[in-house]
This record gives sequence, structure tokens and C-alpha cells, in this order.
Amino acid sequence: MGIVIEFKDVSYSYPLTKEPSIKNLNCKLEKGKFYGVIGKNGSGKTTLCTLIRGFAPSFYQGVLEGQVLIEGKPTVDHGPGELSLKIGYVFQNPFNQISGVKETVFEEVAFGLENFGVPVDEIERRVIEVMELTKISHIAEKNPFELSGGQQQRVALASIIVLKPDILVIDEPTSQLDPEGTESVFEIIDALKREKKTIILVEHKIDLIAEYADDVMVLDNGEMIRFGPKQAILSDMSLLEHGIQLPQMAILGNELVKQGVKLDYIPITEKQAKEVIGRTLRKESV
Amino acid sequence: MAHVSLKDVTFAYPNGFVAIDHINIEIEKGENVAIVGQNGAGKTTTVKMCNGLLRPTKGDVKIGDMNTKDYTTAQVSRKVGYVFQNPDDQIFHSSVYDEVVFGPKMMKLANEKVEKQVDYALKITGMDVFKNENPYNLPLSTRKFITIAAIIAMDTEVMIFDEPTAGQDLEGNRRLSAILKELHHQGKTVITISHDMEFVVSNFERVIVMANKKVVTSGPPKKIFWDFPALEEAMLKQPYISQLCNSLNLGEGIIHLEEAVKAIKDRS
Repeated sequence: MGIVIEFKDVSYSYPLTKEPSIKNLNCKLEKGKFYGVIGKNGSGKTTLCTLIRGFAPSFYQGVLEGQVLIEGKPTVDHGPGELSLKIGYVFQNPFNQISGVKETVFEEVAFGLENFGVPVDEIERRVIEVMELTKISHIAEKNPFELSGGQQQRVALASIIVLKPDILVIDEPTSQLDPEGTESVFEIIDALKREKKTIILVEHKIDLIAEYADDVMVLDNGEMIRFGPKQAILSDMSLLEHGIQLPQMAILGNELVKQGVKLDYIPITEKQAKEVIGRTLRKESV
Repeated sequence: MAHVSLKDVTFAYPNGFVAIDHINIEIEKGENVAIVGQNGAGKTTTVKMCNGLLRPTKGDVKIGDMNTKDYTTAQVSRKVGYVFQNPDDQIFHSSVYDEVVFGPKMMKLANEKVEKQVDYALKITGMDVFKNENPYNLPLSTRKFITIAAIIAMDTEVMIFDEPTAGQDLEGNRRLSAILKELHHQGKTVITISHDMEFVVSNFERVIVMANKKVVTSGPPKKIFWDFPALEEAMLKQPYISQLCNSLNLGEGIIHLEEAVKAIKDRS
């Protein structure tokens, strides 16, 4: 698969700060993959997102060393509107996302498409479709600022999905959602992955990352300390010492092995745990 | 007598929208309870009635023998501290210290007592290191701890935390656990709203389940997280450990990792 995003010796410091928020980052992200970005609060996850979208340094200023390449071209060489077509960015705080100039959820979701000059009948069709997907059709006529935090998060996500960008950068989209709403957001992201979108998701809900993501990137104090397929990383108990939560099933699996129970591998999801522990209980373990 | 009681309470917003429909809740002094349920179930409306920010349309909300109907919000909030869901609805000072000292100062406590309570609140929330910082230079997850400190500093008998786990990392969750334990140890009555079932399982002795403007049931986590009809009504899932034990038929009532380890060892 092609490389869509590449970090080349990237360090970035916000204005007036001494220490860089991202340090010597080198990595390549492939098209169509779902990357989970994890790490403690303050480890650089959101900064990484803003670097991909080019907000750092174009909006936040600060000092960027090295290059962030989107489809081979440095973010700083893109025109202001150019990256917004390629990359959809969902902010951590929906308040920062919602335009504040539209009076209904429907208009809010349509806002981006209007700015892109999409014909009206196509706008209507796409907005209705995305509102259904994100389960906000019933609040179409409400004012975005009258909604609960969870509903605002869904509106923010819808207003980006509707633009159909190839790359989606999503920063903690479920922090204010209930468990059911959280699952449905992951299902939406999963559907986007099937459409070959490249997804970069910052999320603390590690059990869901374990279930849905392909690869995982772990940041600690601005440095990338792990990067690769999720299975090995999310069953690595030493990450707990870096203050990084691991899936319940991985912690359980490790504890079982420690106490002498034979498992063929350390599970990271409930499905894997059911399979591998079930095998041990039926004495089929190899 | 219950410390916090809601008796046959209904709440309708001025536009007629009914957010709470005939609920009954009793919480004893020193109890540490969680409220769980979907977005829009009525959790926040319920707790806002407990500290007098909202008044029931019908029914009575009492803190001890104090009916919130007969007192001002300022009077009720001396007994019941409420930490908002969104810290930015609460924070309005330009330093962490000023934010935390505001409540006890308004209560007109003696200076010495104010200092003592503020120091204590900053310390147990870990906010002492940010004392002189502007809250808006700190991340949202830290701002949440500032608002928690501001309520602890008021030393109210009842404390309510609205979704303190939102956006917290492993260390933040551990710190919250430690705070809850300490407040429990001090005999405070604590009510916490959370969407994090793993956190609920390991930190509360009782769980109140809300769905669709009503209370579905309440009980110890061991019972609640194996009460499938109640979970379904509230659209909640079991914690991951319980889900696994259920699908492997390891016996009902398991909610903790250690219990699951033991059950699996016994069978293997």
C-alpha cells in the first residue's frame, strides 16, 4: 500500500516553550489503515494530529524541524485550503469545531460542503445520509449549542465525514459519549476504513482500540516509543509503567500466564480471550 | 434518615420538556454511589437538583432534613458541592489557587480554615504543583481536577462529580480512585456520574442505573452488572471481564480481574 503520511525527523515546539512537544519523529503511515494513537495526557498526541493537518505550524506558529509529508508534499508547501480537502480533522473539544454561525444541526453539517461549492441537491443528499450514519437525524433542526456534549461530538464528526476526505484525523471523539454511543462511533470509523480511508484516532478507550485499529502508535513525553501492529504492543505489560492503559483482556492474559495457566497467546480483545482461554479450559492448548 | 433523598421527583424544563419522570432515590450518609446510564437519561438533571441548581417541578429533594424548595441555591451549595461535567462551565479565575480559594472564601470561613482546606484540596488532587498557573494553560483533563479541588476545598458534606473520568488517562483515573477513597474515609457522601464501567466496578459500593428519565434499579456492582434486563434497558454492557466470564460460563457475579483469574485457574 502507498504511503500517505510521512514524518521525517520531525520535532516541533509551541511558541514560548522550551521543550519540544514532538521529538525526532520518524514514521510512515499507509493508505487505508486505521492507526490508534495512545499515550498519557500531555504526551504529544494532539500535537501529532495538528502537525498532520498542518495547523502546527501554520496556525499555532512555533518551530517545526524536519518535514511532515502528505502524499509526498510537505504540509507547509500546501495552500491553506488544500489540506482541508485531503484531511478531515475532528477536534477534541466539539466547541472548537462547531462554526457558531449556523442555527441548526442540518446547516452545520452542510456548512463545509457549501464552502466547497457543492451543488445544493447533492449537499442535501449527503447531509441526510451522514446524519443517519451518525445518528443525529432526530436533532437536525436543533441549535448545535443547545445539544449535550455527546451530541455535539457526533455533530462535529458528521460535519467532517460529510466532506469525504481521504484522511481522517480524529482526536478523542468519544470522551463525552455513553458506552453505546462510543461503540457506534467506532462502528462508523470502521465503516470509513472499509471505504479505504486512512484513519488516525487518538483515544483513551484502549479496549476499543484493541478491537478496531490495525496499528498502534505510542507516544511518551513527545517521543514515539512503540509503533506497529497492535497485537504485540497492546500485550506489552511494560507500557503500564509509562502510564499507558492496556486492554483488560491483555492484563488478564498476562496474569493467568504469570500464575501458571497455559495460553497459546496473550489476547487483547474479548473475542480473542474467549477463544484462547476457552481452548485452555477444554485442554486443547498446544 | 437518608442524607440525600429524592421523593417522587419530576422535573420539566420551562419549555415543557420533561427530563425526569417520577424518580425516587435515597443515599445514606457516607455512601459512595455511582450513577450510570445513557446520554440524555437524566443523570445530570438529577444531580443538579441535589445541589439546588435546579428545583423539582413535582416532589421533594431533601439534604438531611433540608428541603431544597425552602432554601436558596447558595444555602444548598454549602452542603452539596457539584463539580460540573464541563470544567469550563465552572472555572472563572486566572490562577488555580484563586479558583480553589473562591468557594471557602465565599463561605466566610476563618482565614486559617480557608488556608487549611485549600492546601488539603490542592494536595489530594495533585493540583498543588499548578497553584500559580492559569487554568486555561492546562489541558482539559487537568482543568477537571482543578474543579474537583475547588469543591473539595469547600468541605461540603455531600460531593457530586459529573463525569470525572471523561478524557482521563491511566494516571488520572488512579488519582480519581485515590480521591474517592480518601473522601469515603472521611465520611463524605459522594455521588459520581460515569460512563466508564471498569471504573465504576472498582470504585463504588452502589450503582444507580438510569434510563429514559427514570431510575431502573440500584444495587452493588456485583448485582447490577449481571442484571441483563436492567443493562439492556439502560443500553449498557457488562464490564469486559464480566462479558468474558459470561461467554465462558465461568459463573455469575464476577466483576473483578482477580475473581476471573481464580475462576479460570480453578477450571483449568
